[in-house]
Amino acid sequence: MEILPAVLVMALGALILGAAIGYVATRFKVEGDPMVEKINALLPQTQCGQCGYPGCKPYAEAIAKDDAAINLCPPGGDEGARRLADLLGREYTPLSAECQKESKAGVALIDEANCIGCTLCIQACPVDAILGAAKQMHTVIAPFCTGCELCLPPCPVDCIEMKAIPQTPENWEWPRPARKVPVSLIKTPVDIPC
Amino acid sequence: MTAYLFLIIGAVLVNNVVLVQILGLCPFMGVSKKLETAFGMSVATTFVLTLATGACFIIEHYLLIPFGLEYLCTLAFIVTIAAVVQLTEMVIARTSPVLQQTLGIYLPLITTNCAVLGVPLINISHHYDFVESLLFGLGSALGFSLVLLLFAGIRERVEAADVPRPFKGSAITMITAGLMSLAFMGFAGLNR
Amino acid sequence: MLKRLRQFFRFPGGIHLAHRKEASSEKAITQLPLPEKLILPLRQSAGATPVPIVKAGDKVKKGQRIAAAEGWISASLHAPTSGTVRDVGDYPVAHPSGLAAPSIVIEADGEDAWGERQPFLEQTATEYARQVFNPERVQHYLQDMGVVGMGGAVFPSHVKLVKAPGIPLETLIVNGAECEPFVTCDDRLMRERADEIISGLIFLTELLGVREALIAIENNKPEAAVAMQNALAARLESVVHHIRVVIIPAIYPAGSLKQLVYMLTGKRAPIGVLPTQLGVQCFNVATIHAIWRAVAHGEPLIRRIVTVTGDVERPGNLEVPLGASIADILRYAGMRGSADGCLVGGPMMGFLLPHGDAPIGKGIHCLIARSPQLFPPEAPESPCIRCTSCAEACPQGLLPYELYWWSRAGDFAKTQRYHIHECIECGCCAYVCPASIPLPQYFRFAKDQLRAAAKNQEMADQARERFEFRQFRIEREKAERAEKLAQAARAQSAKRAVEQAGASSAPPTSEAEAIIAAAVERTRMAHEAETIDPKPEPGNPA
Repeated sequence: MEILPAVLVMALGALILGAAIGYVATRFKVEGDPMVEKINALLPQTQCGQCGYPGCKPYAEAIAKDDAAINLCPPGGDEGARRLADLLGREYTPLSAECQKESKAGVALIDEANCIGCTLCIQACPVDAILGAAKQMHTVIAPFCTGCELCLPPCPVDCIEMKAIPQTPENWEWPRPARKVPVSLIKTPVDIPC
Repeated sequence: MTAYLFLIIGAVLVNNVVLVQILGLCPFMGVSKKLETAFGMSVATTFVLTLATGACFIIEHYLLIPFGLEYLCTLAFIVTIAAVVQLTEMVIARTSPVLQQTLGIYLPLITTNCAVLGVPLINISHHYDFVESLLFGLGSALGFSLVLLLFAGIRERVEAADVPRPFKGSAITMITAGLMSLAFMGFAGLNR
Repeated sequence: MLKRLRQFFRFPGGIHLAHRKEASSEKAITQLPLPEKLILPLRQSAGATPVPIVKAGDKVKKGQRIAAAEGWISASLHAPTSGTVRDVGDYPVAHPSGLAAPSIVIEADGEDAWGERQPFLEQTATEYARQVFNPERVQHYLQDMGVVGMGGAVFPSHVKLVKAPGIPLETLIVNGAECEPFVTCDDRLMRERADEIISGLIFLTELLGVREALIAIENNKPEAAVAMQNALAARLESVVHHIRVVIIPAIYPAGSLKQLVYMLTGKRAPIGVLPTQLGVQCFNVATIHAIWRAVAHGEPLIRRIVTVTGDVERPGNLEVPLGASIADILRYAGMRGSADGCLVGGPMMGFLLPHGDAPIGKGIHCLIARSPQLFPPEAPESPCIRCTSCAEACPQGLLPYELYWWSRAGDFAKTQRYHIHECIECGCCAYVCPASIPLPQYFRFAKDQLRAAAKNQEMADQARERFEFRQFRIEREKAERAEKLAQAARAQSAKRAVEQAGASSAPPTSEAEAIIAAAVERTRMAHEAETIDPKPEPGNPA
């Protein structure tokens, strides 16, 4: 009979605490997830969809809900995955195999001689970086182009190509100093025939 | 007054909850990769540990002892701590977004932290009164924070160092923790 | 004869270097024979690149503007000699990358004929006499004349004439420190053209209304100090009473802005604060000379004095037109066979020219033919033992060993916490490092990585904004289209209602009445539809 008061007391305690939690949960409900904005800010915003989500924000939402891995963003690269891991306190995982081909940032260029003015690429561009009207030649506003390559597939005449951003003294970066470790070569006393 | 001071210092340095009592090792290893996260964890733990010691004291003395159920204290404490943490988290999330930013993801981690459970249990075995319990809880939490922050600082540096390959990662972390533990044994002399 | 005029504030850190200036310090400035071809990179100053205003085939006169400043922080570019523009295109520039940049190529016609010159002081002779200037006119004039800082930073000088609002400019510092070893061009300039420098300085002090002007010269250039002092003494006391020659101890990098300001005024600029905000402005002697040539002679910045030294037969100080080939200059000075490269700039802060040739720019003050005897190969880098020698040597008060630690580990955010952007890349840390770690190389690497990351973040933010706006626009267009459809449907139903009403009752007398009638009919029908028959009207999505 000793067990009865024990069960009763514990059950009562659990009930009270449960009720309190339930009350507070409804009383202090928070709307939205502030994490999404933070994750979104770390994504490269190319809106390329290579992660399998229609844009960076949906991918950020998926990460926040723990539905998606953090290593699916090729434009963000390894560095991006590392920063996401830092933010979320998750284990850093290198870019997944299918994303390994790190897309090199480039700028789309429309071959204006071949453009037929179909506006398909304008509709595909997620950042409104293509200018033009129906039956008029289109052109890419280079500073706004994120290099997402989304305009390539819709073009019926294949007149868009990606151009690498040229290196100039202004955007050139000092390389990481090569660390010269002192190594003394040992001379072999005899010639080894091979 | 001096007795209280000794109690706190003893809890922080001499009987450090992590390095001497070997409690709360999971956050010590898990949340010490970056100084910022370690800081968030420290603040959260300090907050919860102090609160939990108080709550557990009340449960022990006003619920378990009157009913003669002291043998259930572990169970009761776990439930209490979990509930307290949950309640705090929800209240903070609503009332103070800034604090939520700092403590946010660490609070649920603490729910099952052995340091948080261990300290109230030690309190009981030492027969501390309410104020002593709170102070011991606070001291332990400060000790935890101190060690966690030190360790995180060291780990950040070790991360950037040329560690021989066999020692990379967990191995060097364990060695570092061991050395820190040795260093804290030096405080044992303060007891006298 | 020259006594120390005031107390110095010794800046922390810094190093004592062998001066190595003997080779060229006694060689008078000579003119480089006019080259046949000049290549002028468009980007010759900090800020925006000027826009070329000539095209291939154009004839240009000496001093004619060939590229116009773009925006405020930018300076124009002029033809250093008369001739024909051969090309506007990409040519290798004197840059550590060795990359090509947009340049204008001028083939000299050998006449070296000046175009029309309009000296500022002639234009405003009366104003000068009355000592009233419009500072803005001076600023625009100097921008048109392409005058930039000639100490190496090539910051447009006219921008430095703009006073910080609310802060009185007290001290004007003339930087004649020339603290880098080997370099003697400012030394020679002060010795030989002291008078013009003083004229320029008087012009500037009157323009800026400063309380005092200090000409700072390191104590290893006594002749220059004497020359400047004599030039001062030749002037009316009332004009130059606030100008003083100050001899400062030769501690590298005493010629660096923050260090010089602190040394002379005791004002220490906190992180991110410009000396202008402390009421101090600083110009290089060569810059002041160029300003005077511009305002008094209408001569744009088209030539400069370059010290050519190192492993050459005839070291000296050459006055060369901008755009002259570095290889030609070295050949003229007789570069020896033992030389294995050319350092552009001083030995501490300069860089190795990646390929044999590049044109002289406005900021290049020294060319050193490098040889293994002069610059023994660096010892191999060994691990940092955290001896903190670098921290003691750092004139900026940074902790180079920490910066190195985090740069090497690739944790650039941490380097920012240790204020990597305060690093002036003076090289003191590497000079004292017992482990021979090339510290500034790591810092440049980290700075560039940070710059690239900031740029990417900026691009991402911009892309996000544009993407969000596009989403918003698409939503809005959808809503507008729906609204239009609804409107069309409403109009149709109203028309039908009017027709029905017209059939039953007398035709409405005016348009207003018709609308009211239609509205009444509509409400009635809606009521009916609600109560009797919930059949939706055709074409109405609502």
